[in-house]
Formats: sequence, structure tokens, C-alpha cells
Amino acid sequence: MNFYFTYILVALGLFGFAAVFALFGIYAERKVSAFIQDRLGPTETGKYGSLQTIADIIKLIQKELIVPSAADKILFVLAPFIIFVSVYMGFAALPWAPGLVPAKLNIGLFYIFAIVSVEALGILMAGWGSNNKYSLLGAMRSVAQIISYEIPAGFAIISVVMITQTLNLQDIATQQGVLSGESSRFLGFIDVGQAGGILAWNIFRAPHLIVAFAIYFIASLAESNRAPFDIPEAESELVSGFHTEYTGLGFAFVFLAEYSMMFLVSMLGVILFLGAWNTPLPNIGPAHLADYTTGTVWGIIWIVLKSLLLVGVQMWIRWTLPRFRVDQLMNLCWKVLTPLALLCMLISGVWRLWLM
Amino acid sequence: MAKSGAIGLKTVFGGLFLTLKHLFASKKRRVMDSVKSDNYFTEQNRGTNTIQYPSQQLPVPEVGRYQLFVEMDDCIVCDLCAKICPVDCIDIEAIKATEAIGQTSDGTTKRLYAAKFDIDMAKCMYCGLCTVVCPTECITMTNQYDKSVQELDLLTYKFSEMDPALAEEKRRLFDEQQAEKQAAKLAAMKKKENGE
Repeated sequence: MNFYFTYILVALGLFGFAAVFALFGIYAERKVSAFIQDRLGPTETGKYGSLQTIADIIKLIQKELIVPSAADKILFVLAPFIIFVSVYMGFAALPWAPGLVPAKLNIGLFYIFAIVSVEALGILMAGWGSNNKYSLLGAMRSVAQIISYEIPAGFAIISVVMITQTLNLQDIATQQGVLSGESSRFLGFIDVGQAGGILAWNIFRAPHLIVAFAIYFIASLAESNRAPFDIPEAESELVSGFHTEYTGLGFAFVFLAEYSMMFLVSMLGVILFLGAWNTPLPNIGPAHLADYTTGTVWGIIWIVLKSLLLVGVQMWIRWTLPRFRVDQLMNLCWKVLTPLALLCMLISGVWRLWLM
Repeated sequence: MAKSGAIGLKTVFGGLFLTLKHLFASKKRRVMDSVKSDNYFTEQNRGTNTIQYPSQQLPVPEVGRYQLFVEMDDCIVCDLCAKICPVDCIDIEAIKATEAIGQTSDGTTKRLYAAKFDIDMAKCMYCGLCTVVCPTECITMTNQYDKSVQELDLLTYKFSEMDPALAEEKRRLFDEQQAEKQAAKLAAMKKKENGE
């Protein structure tokens, strides 16, 4: 019976992490946007406004859950939870440190990709259930966008998988550092299996993986419905898209899902391309920096730091670039990213056969 | 396609660099400089631009033209300000005195009591005409601009503090004086008629 207890504890821990990340992610987002636009952001609640989102969530909890009378009530009420749960389940297969992973799945990467796609279903349920034209338009855009961008993201991921030869995220993570024990080649030529560090990261194992990372990152922005790919929410056209009709906790869950998704795609990007929980410091001669900074605690620190860095870049991009038009969005996906990702996949195959 | 892609990438990185510059310039807060200051506009381009109003305030000129103020000791209750006001926001009720009741600071004799001198600041359009026509310069504009109130009534500023009983007393005294004068006049006329 004890393992059930562990499962529940791990699940609660992940939920707690997602909630705390969403709280401070929203605070960070507001501050970053404010500073980029020469404003101050929240300043009044708590020191430097740090308690602002906590006040906001308390306000949201107190609010009435309004279900529009013409709405499809079951779909409407269920949708935010499906959106959140699909993202939250994705966290189950992500490794945090050497030997520390909630569920060590052989097909972890495949599982994450599959379970996160369910989010599109939740968004469509929300849009359809609201019985509101803005919601439905937003939901249809969102589903079209998410399904389209899964293709370049998938190809970019496959080009990594062809190099690493495994779908197990913990194995992919181990390969990119000093713990792998096997030789790893920096840009395909210099053996850095003993040095580790930033040189052994997947992004440097083959030069075309840098392009694959860029494609994955752009596609991940689109999949988490973030600007410049936020046409599903497009405030200026669609009020706020699929979550127009939501109030109180339903709205809070949609937001929680958005921020969890941001962290999830960033963490997945870090695991696949940026060395997962491995240290960026290589062993240089007698200074075994990589060996010193590898371990459970170090692993958690590194992976959280790297993921937060990517989340920061996501915010930075959001507050810089204007929103794509629908046709531009599809253009970019099908005419630019998909062929590039296919090319990356092809190069990966050749690389695997002839250079490794 | 390749050309537009290159332009797109270039502008994206240009934009990202620009926002990054603003992100790191945000440590510098807005300087509370008067608009008269030479670097008023250049200061705004460095760091954040927010004025946190109640705790930070931009300096205003000492001779501001915001809220109206009446120095009642100098007012001769001539009603000129009320007459010229384009929006009729000044409401004056005058009571004639039985004699000269004093002098203003510029030496004009006061012969009227102000039973009521109300200015409705909610109506006022801050044109300043009243301050121009005032013969004794008792109605002026001050540099006070921050007046928020809980009730609309409180925006009607009452400058005259004459209590109703006193006003009634003054009115009665004036009426009695007029009646006396009238009686004296009638008596004189009668005398004249009788005399001839």
C-alpha cells in the first residue's frame, strides 16, 4: 500500500510546484512586461508587489462560477480541468535529477507528446461549450494552430531521438553529461565524453540540432498559445478567445494550465536539447567542475534554472513581437518550419549512419 | 522568400534587443522634474516613466490656475463674478447693510453682506474670467488641483460663513431702516403739502 502513498505525494508535489510556478510566473510576467514598457508593474501589495498574484487568486476563489444559460453545461464545466489535467499529466514523465523522475517510462517523450495534445480537446470543449462566437472562433483557431505546430515540433523531436536512439527522457538526459560513461562528440568530431558540461549537450552534438532547437522552441510557443502565436486569445479581435465566458476558478485553471504548459515545454526543450539536469560546467584538466556540480540537488537546480531561463525568453518574446495573422501563422508552420524540420530529420539520419 | 525571411529575422532580433535594453534600464525611476526644466523630455526616456501619484508629484507652478479661492475679507459682494461666469457656477446672495461695514485691503468700502457665496467646482470650467473681472481681486485661482470628495455636495465650496439667523437679523435691520426712511420721506412730503 505504501507506493500508493508515494504516488499521491508525488502528484501533490507536482501540483504544488505547478501552482507556485503559475503564481510567481504571472507576477514575473507582469513585472517583465511592465519594465519592457517602461512601467512599474504591481508595487502596492507586499514588497515590490510580490503578493499581488496571491491577492488575485484569493479574489478569483471568492468569485461566483457563472455558467451561461445557453452553454453546454457539462462541456463548459469540465473543459478547464481537462485543459489543466492534460498539461499536468505531462509532468509525470519529466526527469528532475539523476535517478529522480516521477515515472520512468520507456516511451516518456511519446507519452508527453500524446497527453499534451489532449489540451486541444479541452480548448475545443471550452469554446464549443461556451456557446459564444468569440469562444468558438478562438477554440477553432487554437486547435488548428496546436495541431499544425505539433508537426514541426514532432519532427524536431524526432531528429533528436534519432541521435539519442531512445524515447526514455531519463536516458536522453543521462547521455548529455559525464554520467553517461560512453563517448559523446562535440559537433560530431571532438570526444567530450569525459569532459561533459555544456559541450556534451544535445544541441552541440550535431550542428543541425541548433536549428532543430529553434524550430522546437518556436513550435512550443505556438503550442502553449503564447504571443506571437496567441491568435486563439487575440484580445483585440476575440475578447479573450476560448476562455471568454469563464469566471472564478474556471478562469484560474485555464491560467494555471497556460503557465504550467509554459514550464512543461521549456523543461522538455531543456531535457531534449540543453543538457537536462546536467551541469553546463565541463571538466577542464585537473578541475573536475562537471563532477563537482552533478548530483540530485545540483540536478534540480540546473534543470529549474535552465527551464526558468527559457520561460524568461518566452516572456521576453511575448512582450516584444506583435501577433501573427492566421494566414501568416499557417504559412510559417507549413512552408518554413515543417520543411526545415524534415531536413533536420534527414540530416539526423545521415549523421547517425555515417558520423556516429 | 529568403530575403523576406532575412529581413524578418533581422527585425525580430532588433526588436528583442530594444526591449532588452528597456528591461535593464528599468532600475532608473522617473525624476520629478518640473515641465519648465530643460531636460524634462530627455529624462523621460531613461528608465521607467510611472509617477506614483500620491507619493510622488510633479511640481506645479506656484501661481497655478486650478481651484478657485475667495478671500471673503476683501469681497465687496458686487456679483460681477457670478454675472460673467459662463457656466453659472457662482451663486451669491447679498444683503444690503445699514451702513458701511468696513474696508477691503485695497481701501474699497464694503456695503453688502454676503449671505451666500457658493462656487460649484463640479460646474467650474476653470476659464478664470471671474478672477479677471473682480474689482478687489479677492477671487483667485490657486495651485491646489487634487480635490476628491465623497459626496457631490462637497464640491460646492461655501466661502461665506454667515449663519441664517444673523442674515435674517441683518435683513430685518435693513428693512426697518428702509421703512423708517420711507416713513420719514412720507412725513416730509406731507409736511411740504400741508405747508403749501
